[in-house]
Amino acid sequence: MSFYILRRILYAIPIAFGVSVVCFSLVYIAPGDPLQTVMPPDATAETIEIVKKAYGFDKPLPMQFLIWLGRVLTGDFGMSISTRRPVFLEVSEALANTSLLALFAVPLAFFTGYVMGAIAGCFPGRWIDRVVTGAAVIGVSLPNYWLGIVLVIFFAVEYMLLPATGMGPNGSTGFHILEWSSARFLVLPVITLSMIPVGILSRTTRAAVAEVHNQDFVQTLRAKGLSEWAVTRHVLKNSLPQVLAVMGLQFGYLLGGSILVETVFTWPGSGFLLSKAIINRDVPVLQGTILTLSLVFVAINLVVDLLQSLIDPRIRRA
Amino acid sequence: MTTVALSSSAVATRGISPCRAKEVNNDWTQYALKPSGTGPYKFDKTVPHQRLEFVPNTEYWDKARVPKQDRLVLIPMPEASTRTAALLTGQVDWIEAPSPDAIDRLKSSGMQIVTRVYPHNWSYQLNFVKGPFTDKRVRQAANYALNREDMKDLLNGLMLEQYTTLTPSTAYYGKPVLYKYDPGKAKALLKEAGCLPCKVTFAISTSGSGQMQPLPMNELVKSQLDAAGFEVTLQSMDWNALLQVGRGGADASPEISAINISRAAQDPFNALIRHVWTGAWAPKGANWGHHGNPAMDKLIESILAEFDTTKRLALLTQLHEMMSEEAVLIFVAHDLNPRAMSPKVKGFVQAQSWFQDLTPVTLSP
Repeated sequence: MSFYILRRILYAIPIAFGVSVVCFSLVYIAPGDPLQTVMPPDATAETIEIVKKAYGFDKPLPMQFLIWLGRVLTGDFGMSISTRRPVFLEVSEALANTSLLALFAVPLAFFTGYVMGAIAGCFPGRWIDRVVTGAAVIGVSLPNYWLGIVLVIFFAVEYMLLPATGMGPNGSTGFHILEWSSARFLVLPVITLSMIPVGILSRTTRAAVAEVHNQDFVQTLRAKGLSEWAVTRHVLKNSLPQVLAVMGLQFGYLLGGSILVETVFTWPGSGFLLSKAIINRDVPVLQGTILTLSLVFVAINLVVDLLQSLIDPRIRRA
Repeated sequence: MTTVALSSSAVATRGISPCRAKEVNNDWTQYALKPSGTGPYKFDKTVPHQRLEFVPNTEYWDKARVPKQDRLVLIPMPEASTRTAALLTGQVDWIEAPSPDAIDRLKSSGMQIVTRVYPHNWSYQLNFVKGPFTDKRVRQAANYALNREDMKDLLNGLMLEQYTTLTPSTAYYGKPVLYKYDPGKAKALLKEAGCLPCKVTFAISTSGSGQMQPLPMNELVKSQLDAAGFEVTLQSMDWNALLQVGRGGADASPEISAINISRAAQDPFNALIRHVWTGAWAPKGANWGHHGNPAMDKLIESILAEFDTTKRLALLTQLHEMMSEEAVLIFVAHDLNPRAMSPKVKGFVQAQSWFQDLTPVTLSP
């Protein structure tokens, strides 16, 4: 097992390097100039050259990449162009705020999605399957920014039950998760954010459970005289590796925040930071945020791989 | 306490206090958390990207302008519907730039909608190097083809029809040619210019500072121009990319016939000169289309050298009238800088400016 873990970690290193190359290059492929927002509209060509030099944008791209990578390896993600704050600080604060959302959205989405999918998979073709599948399709299809706005209109504007936006009267610094006055700001964004993972997970679980149900060993279990509940337990356990893989991806999605949901709710997380960095073409923040989120994805996939191999030893031998 | 929701979090630091900089060991991050200035407000605290709080500077030299609120909180909210919801739920007292389609809802909830014309224009700068707009008749045709009243309806009244560069209340407005809606005249001019259908490409942004509602507004412009004999292609890009096109000049983007970057017009240079002066040709300045005219250049040189106010106003008026006659821009809308605020907000008088005085604002209980 330890050899398998080591091998998986070694595999993750070239992936992380590839991710760093892609995230560095992506922001340069997009049109626009990172210095537009810090220069006046009538800046002369000379001024533009001076500012480019000051920010290091005058060097060839491969050189810029190597300098950036060298700094990143020592934990220095550079400075934000628009705020002049260290990117590490910007990203870590935003990620902490998004993690708060994920802390509640993950269990809500995973539990609801798994239960819905398992029920539908155990009764394929029955009315309950149709209801659950329909709900899952709606969950996946509804644009979450639209759902967010509708929830705000309904629960905040019309009935004044929950706040419309933000992280509370003092922002993230005054946010106390154990106090309802703060926690109530989480309710609408968490529900909005978890809607798509609920749909995806319930559909995946349904498909996995239905597939395992049709396998020969299930018939054998029934032939042995096991109760339906015991058979279902075996079916659910055997469908878990497939579901886990999708859960890993969705966990990454939730931890990465959502640009649209966080913008609608003005939630100062990684998605909100990314949207502002895109608008301001704040290249260091974009690179730092994308790299951090990508590495989080790589780490989550690594953990999921290891979990899968624990649940199903056949994966380890493959 | 007055809480204001802004559409962006751009707060510029215009000066650095050497004493405070020394106090924080010249560390910009620390300075940004504890800046110092000389205005009527004192910085109190900030949470980056979330809020900025000010308290009155009771020692301000002009006692009449010591703020009347005990605290002013600024919160960035990029999404217009979020700002509207925040105002309707009482989370904030004041929002900047409400969406036009939310105006009726806000009014029905008793909110105040405050507007005033200010020097900020939503128009198109044209390519004078290459393409159909090098012909004055085509430029005039485009201006005659626009029904600006329809545009006003689209924006729920939140604009003033723009028929020339300046608003009529400007001191150097004069008697410019006004391009009132006349599609027949537009078509005749295009025919005369031999450009029918007249294929043009507009570079537009999907959003951006001062861009109002760029997508629906551009779509309406396209439909009106197409109806008059143009064939408009809208090339949309994000705001930053459009600024880059604008900075590069028409030479760098010969395929683009016009760019839709809204421009401030707060002084004669920004309102008039930079659009037509050869000394401001991009990338050196904001004359994107490289408009150049010896007569206008001569006039601009005399404006820049004239220090008698009355004489300078006369010269500026002449320049404004010349620019209108030449149809150097496609004129569409003067922005009204809309704001919505709770009925509790009193004492605000909107200035004809990008900058506003918040010191007299009070909140009734």
